[in-house]
Amino acid sequence: MLGALIIVFREVLEAGLIVGIVMAATRGVDGRGRWISIGIGAGVLGAGVVALFAGAISQTFEGAGTELLNATVLGIAVLMLMWHNAWMARHGREIAAEMRSIGTAVSEGAKPLTALAVVIGVAVLREGSEVVLFLYGIMAQGTSGSALLVGGLLGILAGAAFTALTYFGLLAIPQRYIFSVTSWLIALLAAGMAAQSVQFLNNAGFAEVLGNTVWDTSWILSDGSILGKLMHTLIGYTERPTELQLTVYVGTLFAMGLLMRIARYRPQERVAV
Amino acid sequence: MHRMITLFVPFAIAAVVTLSPATAQAQEYKLTIKDHKFTPEELKVPANTRVVITVVNEDATAEEFESNILKVEKVIAGKSRGTVRIGPLKPGRYPFVGEFHEATAKGVVIAE
Repeated sequence: MLGALIIVFREVLEAGLIVGIVMAATRGVDGRGRWISIGIGAGVLGAGVVALFAGAISQTFEGAGTELLNATVLGIAVLMLMWHNAWMARHGREIAAEMRSIGTAVSEGAKPLTALAVVIGVAVLREGSEVVLFLYGIMAQGTSGSALLVGGLLGILAGAAFTALTYFGLLAIPQRYIFSVTSWLIALLAAGMAAQSVQFLNNAGFAEVLGNTVWDTSWILSDGSILGKLMHTLIGYTERPTELQLTVYVGTLFAMGLLMRIARYRPQERVAV
Repeated sequence: MHRMITLFVPFAIAAVVTLSPATAQAQEYKLTIKDHKFTPEELKVPANTRVVITVVNEDATAEEFESNILKVEKVIAGKSRGTVRIGPLKPGRYPFVGEFHEATAKGVVIAE
């Protein structure tokens, strides 16, 4: 039972962390509960569908279907996170300045909320489909698997508890810093996702360039450990990055920074939007 | 015009061949999962080239083929098969596990 708990917890950790960060990033924005729920709900539904057709997806594109799906889904999440950060760079200051009247900015607020709902949705979908496959396999074994099943479900609960921990941890940050902190977190999250996406492309048989390993820090922090997985999600840590992964990581951070600068820029005449 | 098309065709074919995934040249290998164990447990592959491994899962349960050193993490549903692309590898030993049954599902890719 404990084994199943740990396996499932490790799988849902990444999604849990992302949901926690997104919740903190949208603190005080009207209607976020609804969008976050939609994101999680759609993700769970999608996970079920992906798990159901896992065999068929795996067989498409000369056996690279799963990798291409993962790469695409991560790519979408990166774009959504960029959109969110650019939007926040443009409107964040006024939102922070008039924290109480955020409720009035519903229509504006709804925009990045849909983007973040998509991010949550794809994170849950990706990790969730693996959990569904794992749990389904246990159920296929029959009654002997019931203790394992309980372990698996407890693992999901542990993941949810971790989301709450992330959220309340981030809430401890003083209000005036929270936008810059979450912007940084989201930028690093996106860069890590982009680097992971390009590795999935490589596994699929595309982007087979710059494949040399830049460094090996597996002796300090292993990708397989819980801390390694946390750092993987948070800052995109990987024990053996390839040149391509590093290039994409730095490139994404750079693009994000540039986009935020452009979004922040306003000609004097057009103060009111 | 006709001649131009005729001239263009070989280039188009060359472009498509270059851009398409390198599976045609890559060497193919097979791993079988049964009773949460890999067969063979040691898979010898050539070094310095792309290698395609078909992982056949004969168990009813799902398995996750995972290797940090090979940079692969792939779930293979029960009674199903999956394709794993690795390399080019330097000569050496590259361990992998089935993450869902790590106690028994272990193996190593040996590049030589």
